[in-house]
Order: sequence, then structure tokens, then C-alpha cells
Amino acid sequence: MAALMSLAEAVADLVHDGDTVAMEGFTHLIPFAAGHEVIRQRRRDLTLVRLTPDLLYDQLIGMGCCAKLVFSWGGNPGVGSLHRFRDAVERGWPNPVTIEEHTHAGLTMRYVAGAQDLPFLPLRAYAGTDLVGRTANLATIRCPFTGEELAAVAALRPDVAIVHAQQADRRGNVQLWGISGVQKEAVLAARRSLVTVEEVVDRLEPRPGAVVLPSWVVSAVALAPGGAAPSYAAGYYERDNAFYEAWDAISRDRDRFAAWMAEHVLRAPATVGESTVGDGVARNGGEGR
Amino acid sequence: MTGAEVHPDGAGPATPYSPTEMMTVAAARALADGTVCFVGIGAPSLAANLARRTHAPDLVLVYESGTIGAKPSVPPLSIGDGELAETADTVVSVPEIFTYWLQAGRIDVGFLGAAQIDRFANLNSTVIGPYDRPQVRLPGAGGAPEIAAACRSVIVLIRQNLRTFVDRLDFRTSVGFGDGPGHRERLGLRGGGPQLVITDLGILRPDPATCELVLCQLHPGVQLDEVRARTGWDLAVADELTVSEPPSDAELAALRALQRREAKGSLTSD
Repeated sequence: MAALMSLAEAVADLVHDGDTVAMEGFTHLIPFAAGHEVIRQRRRDLTLVRLTPDLLYDQLIGMGCCAKLVFSWGGNPGVGSLHRFRDAVERGWPNPVTIEEHTHAGLTMRYVAGAQDLPFLPLRAYAGTDLVGRTANLATIRCPFTGEELAAVAALRPDVAIVHAQQADRRGNVQLWGISGVQKEAVLAARRSLVTVEEVVDRLEPRPGAVVLPSWVVSAVALAPGGAAPSYAAGYYERDNAFYEAWDAISRDRDRFAAWMAEHVLRAPATVGESTVGDGVARNGGEGR
Repeated sequence: MTGAEVHPDGAGPATPYSPTEMMTVAAARALADGTVCFVGIGAPSLAANLARRTHAPDLVLVYESGTIGAKPSVPPLSIGDGELAETADTVVSVPEIFTYWLQAGRIDVGFLGAAQIDRFANLNSTVIGPYDRPQVRLPGAGGAPEIAAACRSVIVLIRQNLRTFVDRLDFRTSVGFGDGPGHRERLGLRGGGPQLVITDLGILRPDPATCELVLCQLHPGVQLDEVRARTGWDLAVADELTVSEPPSDAELAALRALQRREAKGSLTSD
């Protein structure tokens, strides 16, 4: 059963230095509030995993939380580069970050294999690209039935998956809808999981196409209204495209970045969207599965 | 020359346009109505949305965020903007879009950009400089390698100059025709590969025998020497070089209306 707890408690409980952490969200429902709490709690040496590391991972990298990045596309969508990511990879600032680089399809199948508890999965991908030979956890395999040569990717089992959803009920069942990315696979592949939500409701109303994560596959649920901003939460608020564009200038310069983080993240433990919930639900702790 | 306004050849009061607008319009025209198109963000998305607003109302736009049949009123800033999901025929998960739909060969046209292209239309979107010590770390592969591998055909949209049209890619992110004839087949790639490369100077197509890109069409006002000077290899040129039809007033009006609503777009309307 998922424990309902404050975001600060959940991060303290579930995310440890040196962990492999997947904060997923494909443009939509990116868990910014949770990532900011990881930064405030000064986690170090994390292996961060995500298909589309965008602003949140730029912030985690720039604040020195990340030792290794496993990813498939690292940019500011429609805007340009991630300057903190580039500074780390090109110049080792604030610390060197090693990379394991996939295609979207390949990294997706690493999660799917993890969620299924298979050691690997085959796919048609990577052939002829320079990723072959450079990317760890990638191999070729011959189909035992047709003889066709296919790519194989190793299962990914993060220590922790962190995702944001629209709603949870008081028992910790979670529902999210709209573009759902690989959140379900990330949660099911991970050993522990934290879901932040826009609101806690008495009863989840079934929605067509929604992803429901039963309470018993989630370790902790934390209330974080606005917790996906500046990305968006369908049905709650829109993507703040202007901020994505503004980030380009904020993040380009090390000092300006540091000042922005100090003002907006480090000094803001309980801004709107990251408030803790005091609804009296006792922690029942422990791991989700 | 990007940004310089061009007056179409011939008389008449046609609207001036930029080379970038010519490129986008040429790309939109390449999409036949009813085509199922896997769209990358940025210029390809703008061109695909222009096609849907002009000659191809039944173009099926597929974005890697899992939105199939998206009908945005505003060109999205990202491949996962909310309006794509709200207007889609269906929204599927990322594992599903890459397996049931793309890998299974259900997409007609993949529409890609890149930082570098070579004579066999292989693409680099990973690094400029050595991989381990890059001068410029680019975003990386995303969905491009599998789009390039699996779609029935691929259209590449890229500005043409000595930084982009290179003799040797710094990194091969996505395979066009690899090292030449037969290479796609040896790699087991099931899609047809690049059929069109559209730039701000003209249009190139692969030679069916050699697989090398051949300049087939110039945009109005562009000289062949200029194209050669902006190509990092000895450019093959078709015997009969055609000239693109300049953007019509209707195409330009539709494109500019889309751009006014673009990006910051979600807060403005028009």
C-alpha cells in the first residue's frame, strides 16, 4: 500500500545518494516539485534516467546531483540546448557526468523489460548507427525462430521512479491521463516509487484511456498541487511555454543559473505546488512491493 | 541568406518571402493528403501543419508523444503539448507508439531535421566534434533513428551550408542509405529511406542506382554555384534542373497565420 506522506518525507525516505532514479514524464506531468525537493535535500551521485531530460534534469545536473545520465534526447523542446547538461558533458561543470545514450525506442524497451522482469527485450533499432559499440546495455541477438538479427536492450530496474499524476485517492491509488509517456513502465520497473499528485480525492472517477496505478505498486504518494509546472497537468493547468523559452537565458550562464536556483528552489521549500499535506493520514511506510 | 526576402521570378505583385518560408512551403507540398506522417518538432511540425491547412486536410499527424491524428490549431512548441492530446484521434503510451505503430511499419512518411547530413542522407543529431570530447553536445537521437529506419519514406528538412552538408558526419545518429547501395537491406532496415531532402536552396533526391543525393530542383532566384559552394562534397546535379514554384499568396498567408500563433502561442490567439 502506498503511504500518503509529505513530499519532503517521501524524498528523504525513498531517494538516497548513489541511487538510480527515473523521474519520468514525456513533456506532460514532469515531476518538477519532487525533483526540486531532491535538489533541496542535496542528493549526490545519482544516476538519473529519463527519455527526455529537459529543464528539471538540467537543474539537477547544474546543482551537482547527477553523476551519470541515461537518456535518449536531451534538449529544451522547440527552444534549443540544455545549457547545464552541455556544460557538464562538454566541460565537466559542476562535475563530470558520464552518459549512456539510447534512442527513445531503445530506452523505452529497457523500462518495459524491467516492468516485465525480463532480463532484456529485442527490438528493431540502432542498426547502422554510431550508437552501436558506444552505448552500454545494448547488444545484438539472433531470433531463434527466423534467424533475423535484432537489437537487444538490457532491463532497467531503477532504485526509485518518481512521477506526477493528476489524482490519488485516500488509499493511495493513482490515476493519470493525457500523454502518459513511460510513467507506468517506470513505476513498475522500479524497486521503489513516489507519485506526486495535484489532488487527493475521495474516489477516483474512471476516465477513458487513463493510467491507473493501484496503491499496492506505489511506495508513497505526496500531495503537490502545481507540482508539474512549468510543464503541465491536463485538466489542471497549461504548459508554461514562456518559461521554457526564458530558461534558455537563465541557464546559459553559471552564475545566473545558481542565483535563480537559490531564489526559486533552494529558498522555497513550501511554495505553492510544493506544500506538504497535513491530512492526518498516518505513514504506513516501507517499500511498495 | 536566411531572412533575406526574395521576390519571385516573373512579373506580378506576388508577396515577397524568405528562403526559410520557401523551404517550409516546399516541405508542406511534399505531403500528399491522407498520408500518415510521423512528425519531428520544429520546422517539420510547422510544415506538416501548413500542409494540413492547405492542400492536405486529411493528413494524419503522429507525434512521438503518442498522439495519433493530432489536429492542433497552433503549431506546438514541444511534441507533447496539451493540444496535441486534446485533438488526437487517440493517445497511446510511448512504448506503444514505438512498437505497434512505428516499428510495425504503419507510418507512411517520417519527417526529420538534423544538424548534419552527408551525401547518402545519413543524419547527425548527436554531437559536433569527437563523441567523448564534443565541441557541441546536441540533444541526441530521440525517435529519429527508428523513424529513419521504419517509415515507408523519409523527408529531411535542413538548411544547406558547409556546417550542415558535410563530407563526413561527426556522428551517424540516423541511417539514410548508409555507405551506399544495399546497405539498408544488409542492416535489415525495412523502410524505404530518405526520398526527399528539402533545403532553403532547393530539393535533392537520392539517385536510384548510387543512392547519392542529387540536386533536382532550385528554389527561385538560387544559383547552382551557390548550392555547390554550400555543399561539403562534390554535388551531383540532375541533367534537368527544375525551379520550385514560388509560395502562393494563399500558402504564405496560411504559413504566417500559423507562425503568429506558434510557440508562446498557447497564450495568444488569432
